[in-house]
Amino acid sequence: MTIPWDLIAIQTVNGIVTGMILALVASGLTLIFGILDVVNFAHGELFMLGAYIGVLVLATTGSFSLALVAATIIVALLGAALQIVTLRPLVGRDPLTTILATFGISLVLQNYALWQFGPVARKIQEPITGHFTLFYLDYPWYRVMIALLSAAIIGGFWLFLKYGKYGIWIRATTQDRVMAEAMGIPVPWVHTAVFAIGAGMAAASGVLFGPLAGVDHAMGLAWVLKAFIVVVVGGMGNLGGSIAAAIFISLLEAYASIWVSPSQAVIVSFVVLILTLLFRPTGLFVPISK
Amino acid sequence: MSPPEPFVEPLVEVENLHAYYGKSHILHGVSLSVGKGEVVGLLGRNGVGKSTTLKSIIGLVATRQGRVLFGGRVVTGMPTHKLARIGIAYVPEDRRIFRLLTITENLRTGLDRNGVSESRRRQLLDRVYTYFPVLAERRNQPGGTLSGGEQQMLAIARAMMLEPKIILLDEPTEGLMPRMVSQIRQIIDVLHRDGVAILLVEQNVPLTLEASHRVYFMEKGEVRHHAVASELDVNNPVIHQFLGV
Repeated sequence: MTIPWDLIAIQTVNGIVTGMILALVASGLTLIFGILDVVNFAHGELFMLGAYIGVLVLATTGSFSLALVAATIIVALLGAALQIVTLRPLVGRDPLTTILATFGISLVLQNYALWQFGPVARKIQEPITGHFTLFYLDYPWYRVMIALLSAAIIGGFWLFLKYGKYGIWIRATTQDRVMAEAMGIPVPWVHTAVFAIGAGMAAASGVLFGPLAGVDHAMGLAWVLKAFIVVVVGGMGNLGGSIAAAIFISLLEAYASIWVSPSQAVIVSFVVLILTLLFRPTGLFVPISK
Repeated sequence: MSPPEPFVEPLVEVENLHAYYGKSHILHGVSLSVGKGEVVGLLGRNGVGKSTTLKSIIGLVATRQGRVLFGGRVVTGMPTHKLARIGIAYVPEDRRIFRLLTITENLRTGLDRNGVSESRRRQLLDRVYTYFPVLAERRNQPGGTLSGGEQQMLAIARAMMLEPKIILLDEPTEGLMPRMVSQIRQIIDVLHRDGVAILLVEQNVPLTLEASHRVYFMEKGEVRHHAVASELDVNNPVIHQFLGV
């Protein structure tokens, strides 16, 4: 059997592009889990809602960058409101209650979108339509742009966490929320802000992904499922681990789909998930603690 | 040791405080007071509720009955982060430094407040770095790499960033080498000179008697006795009664 190097190269690029969007979705999810201890089942719907807001803003203004910014901000604000109304009252209760709450939000948002926008998928026009030649393919520059933009958003967020005043608050709260409180950090508001940031990141990825496939009310499902796998494989609550896991899993799936159909390639993710849970349940990309 | 100051204006007053962990009743009506700038010791055997008293004051343990006053104002039930902002700092027994944050970042958690000017920030940082040169040397290292004694210093330095009126200090010398213990002792004096009140929970009786103006003795979740520290010594029957095995 000869090794199809051209296909492998193409799939590497594809894997990295999908991996970066996935990393953007998953970093919000893992952040929310790490700090709020909430498994956000509504994350996929925030992604979907972001894509729809992108569709609407793009249709009225014609500006993709405006659509991206507006969707991020609107969904972040919505996320803040959802957190205050539904999750804050559940602090200190059984974790199951937050699962039910976010699952409920997910159903409401999904059906709202179906009712509001109908079952027909919408399309987001690619903001740049150029192509370059990758072996025998015309590869769209837009895909490269998605990977770069996702990396820029994640990188910007990382810098904020590392150097910003509120970034330090978030990291302190992640490590020890009781001591963070005792240092005067308003932990309930840190929780709200983190949920809002996670929601905004999901919305941004929704807009970025929009042009690659249609925008419909159920588009969040596949992503959130994959993002959950990434969060577990990367180590629950570990931002760097999630990013590494997102790219790792997307690359594996991309390579697998050289030989099997893409829908079968998804199996690879689950195999990685099961192996991780069996042999390294704290996550593949978690540094071994000293 | 400075003379007792029985008539100082009260800063923290705890009145008949009852607290529970789940269903177990830990505090059965604790009453005590700490004056402005006063160092007060809280002594007693293990498990009598000394740490719980501190946690109740800072709002980390919910109280069912009784109240806490700070500067004459009732603060019972106020969220912990607000208590920290109005001047109550807490240094827990297990130090709880943010292990993955650098030393500077640990300090910044208390420093990044509204209304702290850039020059004031620098002043506060310079001051703790002068008191604790070892922290200055390692300011960009993660807190988790410090030794136990250094972590204790960081925990106290971090509390100082809040410019508190009182520090609730829970067993600061526990598990430390004698050299570190005497450093902690000096820090208590420095804080006292700066006019910061301290409510000190300690197992080290000689240190407590030496550093404090007054001491309270707790037993079974209640304050049972109260004395001027300079009138007691380690052989006093009261010490035996409340601390002897």
